Amino acid sequence: MSDAASDAANKGGELTVRVWRGAEVGAFATYLVPARANQTVLDVVTEIQRYHAPDLAYRFACRVGVCGSCAMTVNGVPRWTCRTHVSRVAKAGALTVEPLRNLPRIRDLACDMAPFFDKWKAAGGRFEGGATRADLPAAVDPASPKRRAADAGIECINCAVCHAACDVVAWDAEYLGPAALLRAWTLVNDERHLARRATLDRAMGPGGCASCHTQGSCMAHCPVGLSPTEGIAGLKRMSLAAMFLGDR
Amino acid sequence: MMERRLFVLQRLTALALAPLVLVHLGLVLVAVRGGLTAAEILSRTQGSVGWALFYGLFVVVVAIHAPIGVRNVLREWTGLARGAVDWLALGFGLLLLGVGLRAVWAVVG
Ligand code: SF4
Ligand code: SF4
Ligand code: FES
Repeated sequence: MSDAASDAANKGGELTVRVWRGAEVGAFATYLVPARANQTVLDVVTEIQRYHAPDLAYRFACRVGVCGSCAMTVNGVPRWTCRTHVSRVAKAGALTVEPLRNLPRIRDLACDMAPFFDKWKAAGGRFEGGATRADLPAAVDPASPKRRAADAGIECINCAVCHAACDVVAWDAEYLGPAALLRAWTLVNDERHLARRATLDRAMGPGGCASCHTQGSCMAHCPVGLSPTEGIAGLKRMSLAAMFLGDR
Repeated sequence: MMERRLFVLQRLTALALAPLVLVHLGLVLVAVRGGLTAAEILSRTQGSVGWALFYGLFVVVVAIHAPIGVRNVLREWTGLARGAVDWLALGFGLLLLGVGLRAVWAVVG
């Protein structure tokens, strides 16, 4: 706990919280909420909705870092609010909470996730299997190189934190972004996926991997600790190998 | 797969540029010895088929490499339409090619 926040908590002090109200056009509203020990940013937002602004719009579900729906920009950084303790991020008892960057703002802290998932589709992120219910489940060796490569992204919970952290997404509307490309990377390494080549070509097509700057902002911010950067590099390698060596 | 091709070309030309730039820098150090006037330098460079080929290659590689980067920068930093950016980058590449080859001709030809 930072000194300022713990002081505030000890003295029964207050947090000054600026919250985005409105959609694309809007303004910050400031609320004073009691500083408590062990309080997350989501707790603070909930407290504001309960006691100050019942019409405040925001999203959450699990409150324990599983669903990925509570991501917001906290003091300028994209984060899961349910897993972010106020003491780690408050500066002198002050918090600024905004919706995620790089997505249209619907209302207050809720943004429209549709463009994010449209990009998953555009990156070829849809699984296409060939097995029927009569077939046995595919036996995938957990130690195989492909299965291990897919580990880079298999735990992604679609929270869009990386999407918000990526500057290229902000600059280039066509860029598919880290999460969509990481999804493509897990799919091209999935032995059961039949459209492997199509996924690879789309991930390397317009707005794809070639636009990534490989600076790893996505990786630095992913709350699960995944590395879209690595997945994107893998897609580039695989695509070049397909081009020079012929596809296997 | 234009994006993939451009990506590969950018990397391959970067690979070629590394030794080309080093040789060029070395040459600059040597070429300035014994008089710095245009006439003196030209007297040492003119008529060399080897250097004409070297710099001809240099210019071609640059004319491929630079516009691909410029295209990315324009895409990210201007609101221009895709097509406009592609044409601008192509125009820039042709300009580099034209100006560069003309310079090679002037110095070695
Ligand atoms: S490494 Fe690539 S995808 Fe990740 S933040 Fe940077 S540009 Fe975006
Ligand atoms: S890669 Fe990480 S930050 Fe990006 S959507 Fe998946 S879980 Fe969230
Ligand atoms: S509410 Fe589910 S991850 Fe935060």
